[in-house]
Amino acid sequence: MLTAIVNVSLKAGVLDSQGKAVHHALDSLHFNHVNDVRVGKQIVLKLDTDNKEEAMKDVEKMCEEILANTVIEDYAIELI
Amino acid sequence: MKVSILQFPGTNCEYDTQHAFESLGASTEIVWHKSQTIPEDTNLLVVAGGFSYGDYLRSGAIAKFSPVMKAVAEYANKGGKVLGICNGFQVLTEAGLLPGALKRNDGLHFISKHHTLKVENNDNIFLEKLNNGDVVNIPIAHHDGNYFIDDAGLSELHANNQILLTYSDADGKAKNPNGSVESIAGVCNKEKNVFGLMPHPERAMEAILGSDDGIKMLQGFLES
Repeated sequence: MLTAIVNVSLKAGVLDSQGKAVHHALDSLHFNHVNDVRVGKQIVLKLDTDNKEEAMKDVEKMCEEILANTVIEDYAIELI
Repeated sequence: MKVSILQFPGTNCEYDTQHAFESLGASTEIVWHKSQTIPEDTNLLVVAGGFSYGDYLRSGAIAKFSPVMKAVAEYANKGGKVLGICNGFQVLTEAGLLPGALKRNDGLHFISKHHTLKVENNDNIFLEKLNNGDVVNIPIAHHDGNYFIDDAGLSELHANNQILLTYSDADGKAKNPNGSVESIAGVCNKEKNVFGLMPHPERAMEAILGSDDGIKMLQGFLES
């Protein structure tokens, strides 16, 4: 059994207004050493396979079709 | 003239849309998302506003896999007229029937108010009753209305006159409520049979309720 951890975030160059708001909040709490904040989402999938190669292919397809909107988002997949 | 209106779990503007088109003399039918087909005599297919699937994952992301969407794509590819309003616009971009994507408003707030819009290109059936540069007063009500498209896509929109409406002030000067690229409020596809916009023309049908500027917009579809 593999677990896929998918991180979806806005592409570099696409303004992340939630990240900006969190950055602003951190500033006002005096955490002044933060240069940039990006907010994304994590999707955790429990997979019914032990084949890493196959799992990776599958999850990539899921990302392209639904988990991410590749017009504005990037995704990263980790299998454990 | 027959207008078919899609209904997903969470759609909430289907009856307003129905009322608007019926008041203009069209017959209407509401089509549940599980239907594999759309009514054969459909002249215009509307993807109504709301919160399909609770906006889970991304607005419109799950609706695009509803059974009816295959029929919608076929209808659109054959030249059928499709209009997506608000969440319907989000569904159509997610489904790849319109270019770009809608992301969270820059101010992070849900915005619900009347807003003036400037007509950018009227060489299409949707806006042919208006002139370029006209300003219309139409309500907006969205959280994810921040239109994004990359530079290459934006040049294409310009080259093909696909930008329908932009957010403006009452004099037609750009005024951006949500961070949209070039204040874009609505676009169409290259073939000019699929239209999408965040504002709600179906909510601007009676002057006593704030504006009847929606009439001219929706009428374009009925006479074409």
